Amino acid sequence: MPKNPSIKKVLVIGSGPIVIGQAAEFDYAGTQACRSLKEEGICVVLVNSNPATIMTDKDIADHVYIEPLTAPVLEKIIEKEKPDSVLPTLGGQAALNLAMELEESGFLKKNGVNLIGTKPETIKKAEDREEFKLTMEKIGEPCAPSQVVTNIEDGIAFTNTIGYPVVLRPAYTLGGSGGGIANNEEELTEILANGLRLSRVGQVLVERCIAGWKEIEYEVMRDAAGNCITVCNMENIDPVGVHTGDSIVVAPSQTLGDKEYQMLRSSALNIINELKITGGCNVQFALHPDSFEYCVIEVNPRVSRSSALASKATGYPIAKVAAKIALGYTLDEIKNAITHKTYASFEPMLDYCVVKIPRLPFDKFISASRKLTTQMKATGEVMSICNNFEGALMKALRSLEQHVDSLIVEDYADLSREKLLKKLHRVDDRRIFVIAEALRRGIPYETIHEYTKIDIWFIDKIAILVEMEQRLKSQPLTKELLKEAKRIEFPDCVIAKLTGRSEMEIKKLREKYGIRAAFKMVDTCAAEFAASTPYYYSVFGSENELIKTRPRKKVLVLGSGPIRIGQGIEFDYCSVHSTWAFSRAGYETIIVNNNPETVSTDFDIADKLYFEPLTPEDVENIVELERPDGAVVQFGGQTAIKLTESLMKMGVPILGTSAENVDAAEDRELFDEILEQCRIPRPAGHTVFTAEEAKAAAAELGYPVLVRPSYVLGGQGMQIAICDQDIDEFIGIINRFTQEHPILVDKYLMGKELEVDAVCDGEDILIPGIMEHIERAGVHSGDSISVYPAQTISKKSRDTIVEYTRRLARSLHVIGMINIQFIVCDDEVYVIEVNPRSSRTVPYISKVTGIPIVSLATQVIVGKKIRELGYTPGLQREADYIAVKMPVFSFEKLRGADISLGPEMKSTGEVLGIAKSFDEALYKAFLGAGVALPKHKQMIMTVKDSEKADALELAKRFQTLGYLIYSTKGTQQYFADHGVEVRRTRKLEEESPNILDLIYGHKIDLVIDIPNQGSVRSHDGFQIRRNAIETGVNVLTSLDTAFALVSSLENADVTTLTMVDIATVKNV
Amino acid sequence: MKAFLILEDGTVFEGISIGAQKDVISEIVFNTSMTGYLEVLTDPSYAGQAVVMTYPLIGNYGICYEDMESARPWPDGYIVRELSRLPSNFRSQATIQDFLFKYDIPGIAGIDTRALTKLLREKGTMNGMITVNEAFDLHTILPRLKEYKTGKVVERVTCRETYVLPGTGRKVALLDLGAKQNIARSLNQRGCQVTVYPAHTTAEQILADNPDGIMLSNGPGDPKECVEIIEELKKLYRSDVPIFAICLGHQLMALANGADTHKMKYGHRGGNHPVKDLETGRVYISSQNHGYVVDTENMDKSVAEVAFVNVNDGTVEGLRYHDKNIFTVQFHPEACPGPQDSAYLFDRFLKMMEVTR
Repeated sequence: MPKNPSIKKVLVIGSGPIVIGQAAEFDYAGTQACRSLKEEGICVVLVNSNPATIMTDKDIADHVYIEPLTAPVLEKIIEKEKPDSVLPTLGGQAALNLAMELEESGFLKKNGVNLIGTKPETIKKAEDREEFKLTMEKIGEPCAPSQVVTNIEDGIAFTNTIGYPVVLRPAYTLGGSGGGIANNEEELTEILANGLRLSRVGQVLVERCIAGWKEIEYEVMRDAAGNCITVCNMENIDPVGVHTGDSIVVAPSQTLGDKEYQMLRSSALNIINELKITGGCNVQFALHPDSFEYCVIEVNPRVSRSSALASKATGYPIAKVAAKIALGYTLDEIKNAITHKTYASFEPMLDYCVVKIPRLPFDKFISASRKLTTQMKATGEVMSICNNFEGALMKALRSLEQHVDSLIVEDYADLSREKLLKKLHRVDDRRIFVIAEALRRGIPYETIHEYTKIDIWFIDKIAILVEMEQRLKSQPLTKELLKEAKRIEFPDCVIAKLTGRSEMEIKKLREKYGIRAAFKMVDTCAAEFAASTPYYYSVFGSENELIKTRPRKKVLVLGSGPIRIGQGIEFDYCSVHSTWAFSRAGYETIIVNNNPETVSTDFDIADKLYFEPLTPEDVENIVELERPDGAVVQFGGQTAIKLTESLMKMGVPILGTSAENVDAAEDRELFDEILEQCRIPRPAGHTVFTAEEAKAAAAELGYPVLVRPSYVLGGQGMQIAICDQDIDEFIGIINRFTQEHPILVDKYLMGKELEVDAVCDGEDILIPGIMEHIERAGVHSGDSISVYPAQTISKKSRDTIVEYTRRLARSLHVIGMINIQFIVCDDEVYVIEVNPRSSRTVPYISKVTGIPIVSLATQVIVGKKIRELGYTPGLQREADYIAVKMPVFSFEKLRGADISLGPEMKSTGEVLGIAKSFDEALYKAFLGAGVALPKHKQMIMTVKDSEKADALELAKRFQTLGYLIYSTKGTQQYFADHGVEVRRTRKLEEESPNILDLIYGHKIDLVIDIPNQGSVRSHDGFQIRRNAIETGVNVLTSLDTAFALVSSLENADVTTLTMVDIATVKNV
Repeated sequence: MKAFLILEDGTVFEGISIGAQKDVISEIVFNTSMTGYLEVLTDPSYAGQAVVMTYPLIGNYGICYEDMESARPWPDGYIVRELSRLPSNFRSQATIQDFLFKYDIPGIAGIDTRALTKLLREKGTMNGMITVNEAFDLHTILPRLKEYKTGKVVERVTCRETYVLPGTGRKVALLDLGAKQNIARSLNQRGCQVTVYPAHTTAEQILADNPDGIMLSNGPGDPKECVEIIEELKKLYRSDVPIFAICLGHQLMALANGADTHKMKYGHRGGNHPVKDLETGRVYISSQNHGYVVDTENMDKSVAEVAFVNVNDGTVEGLRYHDKNIFTVQFHPEACPGPQDSAYLFDRFLKMMEVTR
């Protein structure tokens, strides 16, 4: 069936800000799909509130709207653009839900717009729990039996029909609170009673417990003619009970025989046929480990995180094919872009093994519970490829960049056997290390299996790695042993540590024995057909099949690794744009990265893709074969910057700003010297190593002080200390990992924070614009609302900022990008941080100003001058629009995480509000971030003493808007004393009804809670914030944010918003 | 112990010996299935060949004897990247190592199977030798490898005597050219009584038993060597009894009706080949194992038409015979290993028998 000719203009809905559970994979899918549609001559209209995405570039879509993803906004865009179709299956659950809302309200029909991709009936059947169950019953596919009960008697009666154990899930509680597993009637009664009480609607779902079963996923494709294929299946190493996004996953499945494999494959096809999916779909199964019994857990009628993983694991571009199917093509009409010989109706065959490990954010949220449950907590993931499982696991572990290069961590060495077994029982992000330790102690496989339910095949593989550790420790390092250690991907540094040699010795030994990495191709077909796409992974002990190229110029672009808080999708945006710019400049481009969710790891972005860990040794293996003319590190965030020194040692020239100058910006003493030379003030500070030194420094500077490690991103470990006790605590946290670099203690200045991204060609600088943060200094720049252009600074400050930027860029000899953060305090400008690299604000500034910053920086790096590129140096003319970048958090997903803002970054993503007026832009940003007010016009305010005066005005303004304000004693009393009457509510520790009951009443729109900084922050406040977040209430912890919100509410509302097509924004 | 794989082009791979420690010369072919190694090993169509598995991790779920597709393994040799040292599956009864020993099949592990596959893909299927003799002499071995011919293998794999698999429904005669057990099982499951005949049973003998339908199975080797069988098939063609044929059976029926067959460069062996039903336009993913393909160029168009083609290379994957209740496919609707998507063809066969009655 060829393309449907009536489809000419398609609205593609993106997935919005990066939050836990919805990350970069949708930028990858959306970008691929948009390119696939444009290839077919379709006019693409794109809407996504996330400015850090590649899909929101004007070269990806014809019309680009960075607007809030809400139904009224989409209606406006549809009315303006008049697309004939909407494609909702590429923007995750967010896009699917929105499209369904527009469909169900009749808006699409009224406007003659069709949903393409998967039909509304299909979405309903797959998403609605009851309808899904009925559909599965109809075609004889088993689901875990379940029933919603409203009283204990019914719960017991139902459980008696299905047998113990059962899982209990209260309706409408976030993060699974109040649920649990009941093994007998006594436990059932207890948990059920609690769950019924906690549920807003008094309902609990009782479901047969399938925890401990194997969790298997199939990625399937189907076209409108009914042809279907499976792209890939995947096996979760962690059995059912842990969200697949938080599980270690292997592809293809390893412990399934053909009978099991085909049984589930047939079931998956059976299901998508019945649901009449057209496009990509993910089917999750639970398979009983000791029988052929299985249950369908869930079906996602859209592309997903798993489909991104499957695409990268196999080379099969699921999103691209899904987009073509949406246009009417059938699978046998779509060519496989990798082989050019096969078609999309060919099932990929792997001749390697893929391991995915989630990147969990517990290094950022020390107080959060590390327990892994069915609620996803990971912010990102890494993938690795090898021809054996052990090797793939080892490569994935070091790709995580979590100070771990192997299964050896010291934390468990002193644990008693009993404690170790207890730890085995607990599913958290570190369990794999606990298993390794258990194996080191000789705990039998069967015992480990009993505690973890992990298949013994995987346990044996971990044992093979542990045995290798022992062999390296105890046996002479022969050629054979070294070969075997490398085959299963022990890095040189680990071999060195275990054999008591230096890393260099191991490297020399390898050279002597001729043990070197070889590269193999991911070709979708297990070598059955010749492939032309250079997508490589490394192995040891095999023939190299790398096609050697000797182009005129060759550049290595280092990616940014897994998405984590502080290093998000922005850096992938920068890496991809830099790659494209190098390509236009005539370079052969090579990308190294290990993140399966990203656009940069799509096989047709760079000329060559290496799916590898970003460690010096792994990168050197590539360098030795490719011999690039240079490497660029300034676009891959801190991950790439960290490799600078190693690359120099390998003899790879660093393109752009030199390594010494990168170092000068990060090394405190060198940096101080430069600032002094440039006559630029900075807050006074000292470098220290111990808590004692830190306290002495603080005494001299005077509290409050800012404490942080050097060479980190996202303000990791950064805290504001107000007393000695804080310093002890913070230094302790920082020193959990050995610090190679000193700790910085700076005077904390409470001023206005400003930020600049600039391009420097060695002589001139180009500043696209100055951004101003709404929150005063002390809140991490990534967590602040950032406004372009700066709204409140004086001409003098602006000129000073431009001048300081020029001085710094020149004395650091910046070639390419520089990011500088300033504080303006009493009209004096201070520099607080300089990053000689691209930053997270680059994508949004590029979009709102229309200046292609990364492309310009790349051209400067290859030798062009700013003037040659048609730009007048200096601060550029202000754009016609005001843009407000607003952080988005995922606190509700992380039980126990403190949500109050501080110098350590906590947000996972961002949205942009863009408009002609500041208030409208701000309103759009809040709306995009999910703050859709008003609802009930009731709010809670609790404010620390030092800010009560400021809070007074805020309270008045909210009251003028008609809000009913509740406060606890202190705040209420202060307000009353100053003529503002608010309602008093009891504190947490007081008897019910208290502030918590107020939150549980589900009538509160907003909580404004301004806590004390430092360790004296109250436990009460923490409880209130957590409970509010978990019941879906907006919480603000900075008065600045609250003021911004109130003025946006005063000045704008959804009915008057104007849609801005940023593809039309030009910089003249 | 070290082992070597020597190819007729002189390439030598060094690995470790698995299974029987004896020399063997065979035709080397690769299979891309990621699961189903036992089904591959026990598929009689591999008689006279040594199989390379392109998936690198083999033996993960051990040996589940009930999954065997015939009474014993047939390949002359087995070539893998890595054998699992610990199989894990609730049905596993043995390791693949034990299995190879038990049936005296030599093999080699630890070689770069991807490099080997690429070689076979580029140069075409080659003969090779697996040996544990470290002092092998290429000068004497290479001529032997070039000379080696698989020879008539259907005789080796077919059953010795006729036997009956009872059922209450249609009576199907299954001509065993090296049949995988799931063919008979698929018919049994649909209620058929299946009578299995040795490959050299005459048409008269089969027809004398008055079957409702005739099933021609898969099997090994060069179809053109099966001269006598082809003659019998001509008679079966004239009988008007519904016939359904798979793989070798499909090729022999085509040869019996004026088509040609030729050897493919490296064949189709795996579980991911898309075949298109030209009548409906639908595409199915199929399980395949063949090194020869039917060429219909010289076939009388009035006798048969192409009913299925391979989406990738356009080769003939099935024929429908005009004015006859006969259809034949190159792929394996019985799966095992591989996708079960085309199992509906057995139902179509049942319908054919119904209509004819």
